[in-house]
Amino acid sequence: MELFRLIFKNALRHPLRSVLTVLGIAIAISAFGLIRTVIGAWYSGVEASAPNRLITRNAVSLGFPLPISYREAIRGIPGVADVSYANWFGGIYIDEKHSQFPQFAVDPATWFELYPEFHLPPEQETAFKQQRNAAVVGRKLAERFNWKVGDTIQMRGMIFPGNWEFVIRGIYTGAQKSTDETQFHFHYQYLDEKLRQTEPWRAGNVGWYVVKVQDPKQAAEVADEIDRRFKNSLAETLTETEKAFILGFISMSETILVALRIISMVIIGVILLVLSNTMAMTARERLSEYAVLKTLGFGARHLVFLIVGESLLIALAGGVLGILITYPAAHGFERAMGDAMGAIFPAFDVAPVTQLICGLMAVGVGLAASLFPTWRAVQVRIVDGLRRVG
Amino acid sequence: MADPLIELVDVSKSYYRDSLEIPVLQNISMTVPEGEFLALMGPSGSGKTTLLNLIAGIDRPTRGILRVAGTELGRLSESELARWRSRTIGFIFQFYNLLPVLTALENVELPLLLTPLSKKDRREHAAVALELVGLADRVDHYPKQLSGGQEQRVAIARAIVTDPTLLLADEPTGDLDRTSAEEIMNLLGRLNAEFRKTILIVTHDPRAAERARKVIHLDKGAFA
Ligand SMILES: Nc1ncnc2c1ncn2[C@@H]1O[C@H](COP(=O)(O)OP(=O)(O)OP(=O)(O)O)[C@@H](O)[C@H]1O
Ligand SMILES: [Mg+2]
Repeated sequence: MELFRLIFKNALRHPLRSVLTVLGIAIAISAFGLIRTVIGAWYSGVEASAPNRLITRNAVSLGFPLPISYREAIRGIPGVADVSYANWFGGIYIDEKHSQFPQFAVDPATWFELYPEFHLPPEQETAFKQQRNAAVVGRKLAERFNWKVGDTIQMRGMIFPGNWEFVIRGIYTGAQKSTDETQFHFHYQYLDEKLRQTEPWRAGNVGWYVVKVQDPKQAAEVADEIDRRFKNSLAETLTETEKAFILGFISMSETILVALRIISMVIIGVILLVLSNTMAMTARERLSEYAVLKTLGFGARHLVFLIVGESLLIALAGGVLGILITYPAAHGFERAMGDAMGAIFPAFDVAPVTQLICGLMAVGVGLAASLFPTWRAVQVRIVDGLRRVG
Repeated sequence: MADPLIELVDVSKSYYRDSLEIPVLQNISMTVPEGEFLALMGPSGSGKTTLLNLIAGIDRPTRGILRVAGTELGRLSESELARWRSRTIGFIFQFYNLLPVLTALENVELPLLLTPLSKKDRREHAAVALELVGLADRVDHYPKQLSGGQEQRVAIARAIVTDPTLLLADEPTGDLDRTSAEEIMNLLGRLNAEFRKTILIVTHDPRAAERARKVIHLDKGAFA
């Protein structure tokens, strides 16, 4: 026998209590991991942002357009490598519920050059460019609606009224896990031509420009220069890095994220209480046994080993189980969110760093929960500990 | 004459409750030679357990000098005292105090974890000790699968497995029926006679005390 074995035997002394504690920790750890995954998914767009891309939009708000004529002016600004543009389409596919995916009217000639993380087979890109009502969609989106290249689909315009017909000409895949594979792109010209017939006063405008800078280090200066250029014009601009642009979106939901962070901390607090309670009960019951061990000549370090070891064993069992159930839980969460999922979280995966943090949390909780019982067992005088039997 | 195994010089022990001194042992002096089998008797509350605990080095006196097996206990730090206990003392409790999650063999092996013995040697020593107390056929039993007398015999095996100089027992038969008590006393007698162990037991039972070579009486913290 080794002292190590005593840890196992002690941990299994009250099987029901231990199992409940382990389960409690597992559920809490997995909830913690899930929340972190949600927060991470929220920020995945930020991670995916390119440092050499700027977004130029109307200074008033994103809801106001910019003239298409700005394009050439921006292109002429020193440090600018390339310019593309897009409009938010906001159409309804089938019904509201099915339509929660981003739809952009883009410039087919330049769009995919500015977004190299969208991998599109060359022949599909050529086909996309050649057809006025062609569309390129993300892999996840295509899977969701079972779209194939060549399919024709209908959408109802909300911002741009009318019925719109598109032919899927390409399906892109993301370069990275965090790349959004749920977007829908079609020709800006398709949109603009129709507008010229139906609502000509709205034609000739874009939602925003995407600007590629030659050197990311110059991003700030180039952005300033663009905005200076359109100062005192009819539509003043606001240019920021793509990252700042996306963060601006996220900050709208910052409160929710803060709430989630607080909840995740509370969860850790709760499991600390659960395990502390178990360990305190355990140590109280065994005070006389610790006194016996001391009588036999075992010292403080042996008691520390036994009690901390038992606490860590239970915490780690819960932690490992928790990490394991985080995967099916994340999957279930994804499915429960259904169609809305792709729109909110382009990438939803349990990150290795999340598992690591969950594991560290379990270790931390295991250590913390054993502090008091260990201290108690070490400091209690043998004669007082023994007295508890008689 | 050789040095006595136990020597107490003017040992006093008091407990304090709210700064009120409760004297339990008062100026006790005694010597016990090696090889002795001594029974300590006395009414409840007279301080028998307290005295035994002092000799075992699990409690410290308020005043006085304690020399046991050539060591002056007052000079040892807590950890030195623990190491000293593991080598010198075999302690037998009234309520056996076996660890319920360990088998008889594992309980006996426990004190050997503090020695440099190999795993194999530890098991062998423990098995020999259990055989000596007549429980060779109960090695894999858990304490709750044993009778009180058997549990106490496992406890004795645990106390002797490290081959200590001094065996101390606090009412080792206090919780046992007469037959079991007799078995335990026979065993202790054998350990004294055959293995030359110095034994000091606290007991209320005159029959048990009879088995000792010498009986001393404690009353109100002093020898009667
Ligand atoms: N930790 C303690 N705090 C306060 N008083 C104590 C403590 N331990 C023992 N005493 C007191 O010391 C006295 C002697 O106790 P002790 O346990 O040594 O008696 P005993 O002779 O072993 O009695 P018994 O035969 O009932 O076991 C008792 O009055 C007891 O109340
Ligand atoms: Mg007593």
